[in-house]
Amino acid sequence: MTRDLSPLERTLINRLQDDLPLAPQPFQELAQELDLSEEEVAGHIRTLRDDGLLTRFGPFFDAKALGGAFCLCAIAVPPERFEEVLTKVNAYPEVAHNYERDHKLNMWFVLATESQAAISATAEAIERDTGLPVLLFPKEREFFIGFRVNA
Amino acid sequence: MTLTPQDRTIVEATQAGLPLVTRPYAVVAESLGLSEADLIERLKHLKAQGIIRRIGAAPNHYRLGMTANGMTVWDVDDAVVDSLGEKVGVLPFVTHCYRRPRALPDWPYNLFAMVHGETRDEVIAKRSEISSLLGKACRASDILFSTRILKKTGMRLRGKEG
Repeated sequence: MTRDLSPLERTLINRLQDDLPLAPQPFQELAQELDLSEEEVAGHIRTLRDDGLLTRFGPFFDAKALGGAFCLCAIAVPPERFEEVLTKVNAYPEVAHNYERDHKLNMWFVLATESQAAISATAEAIERDTGLPVLLFPKEREFFIGFRVNA
Repeated sequence: MTLTPQDRTIVEATQAGLPLVTRPYAVVAESLGLSEADLIERLKHLKAQGIIRRIGAAPNHYRLGMTANGMTVWDVDDAVVDSLGEKVGVLPFVTHCYRRPRALPDWPYNLFAMVHGETRDEVIAKRSEISSLLGKACRASDILFSTRILKKTGMRLRGKEG
């Protein structure tokens, strides 16, 4: 699953968590810094992306600023019904992420919709579909994150 | 905040990623019938508005060996949850940190902090660090490890027809 990274790949993964310049040649600075051509930098990033070590390269949008609505939700699914409920919940295109977690509330998913009203409507539809209560945990405040992966 | 139709087109054309060539904006601009300079100008405007957070890449934690992922949850005194949340958020191992409503009586927790690590033990040790930081303001806490990814799709802006 995990392959060994070269020192260059580690440096690239770390540097790409910064903000690159919004300029015609975004890899110019990195190329100079690493003593490579811009083509080589782009090629290494392409390999990291194709190998799944980086999810994608490009602008990261603030999902909320784009006008969408999001909400973390949880369901306490009886273990014997897990696969059945999972199939029903995942069938909703509004379910963006879904994780199984080791807790009585064992299914945690994020609803992503175009409006706030659609969040409640989708949660209610899932409740009707599964016969299980959906708890809503909307983000009330986001705290600044200093996190970076040190590759 | 509403996007102009042109901005929306630009978001749709770039949200899945830019081509990995030396002049990616020139390629995208051509497909949109814009000049490279115009596209960069619009993107700078979106960045100034906070709609674009940054230009870069996101690492895949799992593929980098950080396979343990614990959602730590805390019942923190409402009077101090925001000031303590700021301190938890900047801890170097916390990837997301939010205040969310409680769901009483089953769910007393109002502060959520996601912690990634290579092993569960590492994540548990980091939970103790958060616990020390919160001190007596925290009445109860729990940690929920993810045992399976059930679905993971990008959060995409859909086309108007979608």
